[in-house]
Amino acid sequence: MTIAFDLPIVWAFIITFAIFAYVVMDGFDLGTGILFPFFDAGQERDRAINSIAPVWDGNETWLVLGGGGLMAAFPAAYGIILSALYTPIIAMLLALIFRGVAFEFRWRNPRHRKYWDTAFALGSTVAALAQGITLGGLLQGIAVRDNAYAGGWWDWLSPFSLLVGVSLVAGYALLGATWLIMKSEGSLRDHCQRLALRLGIATIAGMAAVSAATPFLSNDYATRWFAWPQVLFTAQVPLLVAIASIAFFFALRFRHDHWPFLIALALFALGLAGLGVSLYPYVVPRAVTIWDAAAPSASLQFMLVGAAIMVPIILAYTGYAYWVFRGKTGHEGYH
Amino acid sequence: MFEALDATLLARLQFAFTVSFHFVFPSFTIGLASYLAVLEAMWLVTGREVYLNLFKYWLKVFSLVFGMGVVSGIVMSYQFGTNWSVYSQKAGPVVGPLMAYEVLTAFFLEAGFLGVMLFGMNRVGRGLHFVATLAVAVGTLLSAFWILAANSWMQTPVGHTIAANGQFVPADWWQIIFNPSFPYRLPHTVAASYLTTALAVGAVAAWHLLRGQKGEGVRVMFSMAMGMITVTAPIQILLGDQHGLNTLEYQPVKVMAMEGHFESHPDGAPLILFGLPDQEAAKVRAEIAVPKLSSLILKHALDAPLKGLDTVPRSEWPPVAIVFWSFRIMVGLGLLMLLLGAWSLLARLWRGLYDWKWLHRLALAMGPAGFVAVIAGWVTTEVGRQPYTVYGLLRTAQSVSPLDAPAVGTSLVAFIVVYFIVFGAGIFYVLKLMGQTPHEGEPGPEAVPSHAAGITPGPAVSAGRRT
Repeated sequence: MTIAFDLPIVWAFIITFAIFAYVVMDGFDLGTGILFPFFDAGQERDRAINSIAPVWDGNETWLVLGGGGLMAAFPAAYGIILSALYTPIIAMLLALIFRGVAFEFRWRNPRHRKYWDTAFALGSTVAALAQGITLGGLLQGIAVRDNAYAGGWWDWLSPFSLLVGVSLVAGYALLGATWLIMKSEGSLRDHCQRLALRLGIATIAGMAAVSAATPFLSNDYATRWFAWPQVLFTAQVPLLVAIASIAFFFALRFRHDHWPFLIALALFALGLAGLGVSLYPYVVPRAVTIWDAAAPSASLQFMLVGAAIMVPIILAYTGYAYWVFRGKTGHEGYH
Repeated sequence: MFEALDATLLARLQFAFTVSFHFVFPSFTIGLASYLAVLEAMWLVTGREVYLNLFKYWLKVFSLVFGMGVVSGIVMSYQFGTNWSVYSQKAGPVVGPLMAYEVLTAFFLEAGFLGVMLFGMNRVGRGLHFVATLAVAVGTLLSAFWILAANSWMQTPVGHTIAANGQFVPADWWQIIFNPSFPYRLPHTVAASYLTTALAVGAVAAWHLLRGQKGEGVRVMFSMAMGMITVTAPIQILLGDQHGLNTLEYQPVKVMAMEGHFESHPDGAPLILFGLPDQEAAKVRAEIAVPKLSSLILKHALDAPLKGLDTVPRSEWPPVAIVFWSFRIMVGLGLLMLLLGAWSLLARLWRGLYDWKWLHRLALAMGPAGFVAVIAGWVTTEVGRQPYTVYGLLRTAQSVSPLDAPAVGTSLVAFIVVYFIVFGAGIFYVLKLMGQTPHEGEPGPEAVPSHAAGITPGPAVSAGRRT
């Protein structure tokens, strides 16, 4: 396969970056939500939610960039994928509504708090599950005819897509637990320390199961991973996952503050690399390539100017916002 | 249960429902963000505590409304793909980059500084906090700029070519962004936002005045809100008139529907004040009309000829009754806003601004008027664009995703149920906040001061860059 370094490729990288930024940044927000039922209703929950309250909105904006960017740069893929995965996408949007409003609503009336805490936890869990199912539904393939979706509204449902969904819930919960190890002290930190061990095992098991199942989806995936001499490169991915996993358990054992979170991020990055091996150069597996789906170059050029100027600025002030709220979140919170 | 229904109609209902609900929130936050920036600036310049108290009072409302705007907005950015995939594939190359610019220049700016604005007063100091407030206010305006450029292009599409596969290919971005209706739609919509906010703030102040609460905070916000309405209402009517003339030039069929003109009037068209448009029979029943006034408004001449819907095929007609009535609701409320502005000016000159009970009652009653007028105006322009998504070029019926009716019907019901529960609760909480009187030492969204900042740089920062 030859790599032509052209505009569609550049945009494929930008959108992959946006989706990855979303997955890891909103990943720890959603993970905090998934773990909410495990925290004590008082101080633990307040501290956990306060640690993400100032940044969740910025984190979620990467999802809008991923969606909006996909529409602008790969309009055909955007239309086909979103109409094919209609049900999980709508479920995700509705779940994100409950998750998003709970941040403010839970403080408005103490008597309503338990309901909004439930909405926060359920919304986070369903959003994570739906995102995983969406990914699984895409990986297992989408029926395309005449550049449009040609299947029904339950085609996405399969053991494989559910497996990816559950694995992503575990992965997000791991990000949440390790984020809170970094951002909290006392009982909440201890609690997350114990959860992180179990979640680490669950996440790695999930990654292994999804990796093992993927080659059975189609011959194409198996060739991509196991053909000689490519396997010399592709084998690095599971190898690095194994190294990261061992490092993760050591970091946890030595009660390190930052390393568990950073290694969890590395696991997600490796998962993304694995997806890249499976998918490239398709946006819709075996049906639509990056070039088939790309918008005219007039669109891609115009946006590239904006992205080249704005993305570094966005990263700078996002960094500033994180820096303002750095350190451990105290019990007094922002509310 | 949805098999019998038309999937396109269901998709349209879903879009109309979700966008109408969504639009309520930004039309409030665009104005409120600017108002908050003004209040904080006044506090920094004058040092008067009353401005800080008002800032914190409205900041709590802002955080709730902004949150609801964000979550309902994400639905919109995905709905183009889920329900309008053909539209997305064809118009995406033009509309998509405008929305991408909205995300890059506006959404990140708002979201990035919102945390500092809401919770960071004690962490960053006054100057930087004001910068954050300004960034959020500028972000809301930039967002309006880009999304209205995209919307206006759908109304008056120029600056593109059409490829063999039916895709719109951008040719001149300057023409696309500054398309013929954009310079009119943008100021009209932003002014609507400012009026909506002023009416809401004025109604809250009037409520407290009527209950005998005449503290400094209540008086200052009532005075500011009424002053804003006095100035903005007449400007808005002028902007609306200009927008209407622009529509007459580029989308005459929409104006025919707004006016209820089924027939052509070669020597002066009447202005129909009230009537029941009957699309089937192509006439307006129970009509009350002023002769020749429509020609005077639209053409500035009593006897100017105006064409009616009889000059275009029925397949080009928008749903006349909806456009006709939503337009009248908007204009009627606009005139009431003008009245409120004039009356409050009179009260101000007579030194009765804080005492005239009937003025306060009108101000209270007009609290929701901005929201209703904004939605009515939006319905006028969007339903008036039918039966097209990209006016004259791409039909709505040919824009929709190949989905089965049960899928769309189920999601529509889910949206309705969830929106009423979630945003119903949110609006209830907003009203509870508004029911409290702003007072000295008003708490902000962070009730207790945050703890002293550590010195470890946020690890997520380096994590973010590592990606």
